[in-house]
Amino acid sequence: MNKTDFDCEVLIVGAGPAGLAAAYRVTQSGSRATVVDDNPDPGGQIWRGEKKKATSPEATAWFEKIRGSKIEFINGARVYHQPAEGILLAERDTEVCELRYQKLILATGARERFLPFPGWTLPNVMGAGGLQSLVKTGLSIDDKKVVIAGSGPLLLAVADHLRQSGAEVLLIAEQASRASLTRFGFNLLGQGGKTAQALNLKRRLSGVKYLTGCWPNAARGKDKLESVRLQRGTKTWDVDCDYLACGFYLVPNLELAHLLGCDVTDGVVFVDEFQKTSLVNVYSAGESTGIGGLELSLVEGEIAGFAAAGKEREARELFSIRQKQNKFARALNRAFELRVELKSLVAADTIVCRCEDVRFDRLQASDSWRAAKLHSRCGMGPCQGRICGAAVEFLFGWKTESVRPPILAVKVGSMVSK
Amino acid sequence: MPETVVVVVNGVLVTMPVGSMVSAAILTAGVSSFRRSVSGEPRGPLCGMGICFECRVTVDFEMHVRSCQRVCENGMDIRTDE
Repeated sequence: MNKTDFDCEVLIVGAGPAGLAAAYRVTQSGSRATVVDDNPDPGGQIWRGEKKKATSPEATAWFEKIRGSKIEFINGARVYHQPAEGILLAERDTEVCELRYQKLILATGARERFLPFPGWTLPNVMGAGGLQSLVKTGLSIDDKKVVIAGSGPLLLAVADHLRQSGAEVLLIAEQASRASLTRFGFNLLGQGGKTAQALNLKRRLSGVKYLTGCWPNAARGKDKLESVRLQRGTKTWDVDCDYLACGFYLVPNLELAHLLGCDVTDGVVFVDEFQKTSLVNVYSAGESTGIGGLELSLVEGEIAGFAAAGKEREARELFSIRQKQNKFARALNRAFELRVELKSLVAADTIVCRCEDVRFDRLQASDSWRAAKLHSRCGMGPCQGRICGAAVEFLFGWKTESVRPPILAVKVGSMVSK
Repeated sequence: MPETVVVVVNGVLVTMPVGSMVSAAILTAGVSSFRRSVSGEPRGPLCGMGICFECRVTVDFEMHVRSCQRVCENGMDIRTDE
């Protein structure tokens, strides 16, 4: 493998909203910013495809700012190892990028939480964001029948996007109860939806069924999905569809923070008021420090960028905005808390670990993540527990925070190159 | 007309908009099983963001390529279920 060296003043991992906002503020402060990201284009998950054709006003505004700044981008490169303090390695095609940094900002974002239920491994059962990403990158969804299920505001955004792309969205099944959403001010499609975004979505999603307290309890089909069985209260019924887009809220991506040794508390990277982690010269912003949505990610990114560039006064001026967004985030997380009934969707023969095909009944004998790994190979496949980890945390309450380098499957050459 | 690229999915030509991912091309070709799991089940994309490894296929004889992170190029030879 070839090796390319990068000398970075402030290195930012992740080109989603938090990473971009951080990089922008770093360059504005007169320092150099380098952004490394595993996708072909910046934007992260939420702004995937927005660089080429922006549809959201925030994305348009931010990409405009980025274009006018001197941020260095290393796209399509996956960070997998820290050989020594101040150095990260990333794999890009057939080369290894050695990234030497003075300051580091982790903006590694979040992923969907997937919960196992019978049939969830069938082709065409995907994440909600997963299907959206496919449509954004070339899949035609025209006239396809889609059921959207799981939990969180993402389901609505996905429904809106898929409909605009020509899909027939049959219904949205939100596991949270109507009471829970209303209590925390997220009566998104009912009366009282307050934010402009909610109102906009309400208008655009008119005619789509939004069923609260409803979830999928089985997906059926021979070699691919043919129908999904939904449950609401004691009622169950089947719906024929082409795709089931299903994700149960989001969980932070913590692998890199764990690898570096940042303190992680309650499943999020611990940061101080300047978004500084427990490690010297390492900051974190966005969903890695707690699920809070776009606005919170942006302001955290800005604060981290200013702080990493030594502009604490400018960072401090943004604290009040972050405080307001934090309040919103707390309400959001409470409103979409997972109901306990979802733990019993899994059957004895349901596969929990998709990499190693480990069934639920093989896990029941274990009393910890470590024991399960040793006895069943659960979480030992290529995804390294990124999918089943969040599921077993929910199902068994296991802590799944152990990581070792490389933090993802890389080519052998990446490990032995000099 | 947007610009297009032509790729080959399991021997069948598929035309995709420029910038499409290999995963989208495979589904467009009507193929839903991207790989076989260790116990032989058909699997397809799940996360769409390069972390689940369910969408891995063979591209131009390179095995285990995550098709949701590889952009289609003209003449690319894509094979599933290998």
